[in-house]
Amino acid sequence: MGSLHLTSIRKSFGTHDVLKGIDLEVKDGEFVIFVGPSGCGKSTLLRIVAGLEDATSGSIQIDGAEMINVAPAKRGIAMVFQSYALYPHLTVADNMGLGLKQAGAEKADIEARVAKAANMLSLQSYLKRRPAELSGGQRQRVAIGRAIVREPKLFLFDEPLSNLDAALRVNTRLEIARLHRELKATMVYVTHDQVEAMTLADKIVVLNNGVIEQVGSPMELYNFPANEFVASFIGSPQMNFIDADKLGIAGAKTIGIRPEHITLSRDQGQWVGKVIHVEHLGADTILYLETEKTGLLTVRLFGEHRFDVDDIVFATPEESKMHRFDASQKAIKGV
Amino acid sequence: MSIARRSPVRTGFVHLALIAYTVIALFPVVLTIINSFKTKNAIFRAPLAPPNFETFSLTGYQTVLTQGDFAGYFQNSVIVTVVSIFFVLLFGAMAAFALSEYRFKGNSLMGLYLAIGIMIPIRLGTVAILQGMVAAGLVNTLTALILVYTAQGLPLAVFILSEFMRSVSDDLKNAGRIDGLSEYAIFFRLVLPLVRPAMATVAVFTMIPIWNDLWFPLILAPGEATKTVTLGSQMFIGQFVTNWNAVLSALSLAIFPVLVLYVIFSRQLIRGITSGAVK
Repeated sequence: MGSLHLTSIRKSFGTHDVLKGIDLEVKDGEFVIFVGPSGCGKSTLLRIVAGLEDATSGSIQIDGAEMINVAPAKRGIAMVFQSYALYPHLTVADNMGLGLKQAGAEKADIEARVAKAANMLSLQSYLKRRPAELSGGQRQRVAIGRAIVREPKLFLFDEPLSNLDAALRVNTRLEIARLHRELKATMVYVTHDQVEAMTLADKIVVLNNGVIEQVGSPMELYNFPANEFVASFIGSPQMNFIDADKLGIAGAKTIGIRPEHITLSRDQGQWVGKVIHVEHLGADTILYLETEKTGLLTVRLFGEHRFDVDDIVFATPEESKMHRFDASQKAIKGV
Repeated sequence: MSIARRSPVRTGFVHLALIAYTVIALFPVVLTIINSFKTKNAIFRAPLAPPNFETFSLTGYQTVLTQGDFAGYFQNSVIVTVVSIFFVLLFGAMAAFALSEYRFKGNSLMGLYLAIGIMIPIRLGTVAILQGMVAAGLVNTLTALILVYTAQGLPLAVFILSEFMRSVSDDLKNAGRIDGLSEYAIFFRLVLPLVRPAMATVAVFTMIPIWNDLWFPLILAPGEATKTVTLGSQMFIGQFVTNWNAVLSALSLAIFPVLVLYVIFSRQLIRGITSGAVK
């Protein structure tokens, strides 16, 4: 229960095309994350799936049924918003039960389902409170609870963690991952944070300028990015891109190498350069080098390393971890 | 500016200015009230003096309460004001919701059209309104006044409320849509409670001109049965003789209902229940 099938979804605001033909297949029970920079159309796509925006053209099928002309409440979906969007004048229990009440469910049934969801999210002691009396994290848990209570075919999350502080974000992320395991529900999640995407997703959809750049598991995207955009978007710090001509490598326009796939030495290596900045993170040390051959180069070393600005060092890339891109920024496969 | 850096001299000036303003604003009200408790001679001899044993008199109030049907006038004023406010708020909020929530062709033009009444005084149309009311057989009814005052209040209501409704979170309305609330339920149950402070503001701005209006009651509903308080007080003002005791007493009495309504609305102004809905 809960597959989603999008066929050539287009959306235009006036002459501006936000989505330029999206085709996507989400299988039952999958956790799919739309990721991309601001303005890439990921939130618009989610809203179209929810029925809050109309697609200019295209088809949306949930469980095989066409949904284009179906009201949001009848699509069998539940949505969690970035701003929580709790009803301020209702208690937590009423917030979670409103959807069922509107659908005409029995009172006892509503109570049982609210209690079950509250149990899952440890919200039992807050059921009688109003949203104003809760902290940010609790509010977002209530919003998630409101979605669970409806037992939807499809959960939609619109940047649910963006308003939370860092520590809470990690906790809530774990909570969502646990819920996905327990409920085995289909979830579609929008974020601009690649860490959330990498940690939660079964399948990541990278969007840019209204088109899908690549669809794949987190490790597929990390190891085999289809083009320069995906390569630069997934992974932090960003991949280094070097002009292939400067390195004397034939058959490619640009060479990509991730900061963690470069080794550093003080006395020998391929590229000589000067340290211009060092970031000590404890677990990692990130160095920014200015080399003759490659220009600015980011290097990530594991653990603590003593380097100072203006040190002269030698960097050596791992040949097998190099990515090659052609003139149209597409990855060259099988090299 | 932080409180610590605020000098006492500055604070003093601020207080002085505010006190001066308060005195100016309250002076006519206080003058009306104290003189309404004085004898006619005392009103003219020492208009600024408060009533004492010699000058204290309730003749004004006696005249007001015995001559004419003042209770009836009060009732008319209250009915006209309350019903007009109700319709102004209802229709104003509905129009504002449509303007702020839905994208349709000519949206901003429609908004401008609805708000333009702020700049054009409704009294310019008095002759046409009177002709219309005569044709509709509404002269000397409270309905005539309510219709005119609703029309008079709507432009400002639409203007203020649509600005406020734009600030209500889209996510909240969308959450309601997903939970199966109809557009009417979203309007009445989610949006209206959140713009309550703005509604109170509009109510206050709408109420005062209606309560104080003399023009339309005089033209559209001068009959004994439909007189409002302001019109009723006029019967003590003659061309040659004016019963000042009665006029001042009537005006003092007329202040209180409007004061009560104001207190009710201003409580709403202070109470904001938005917090906690959205971050």
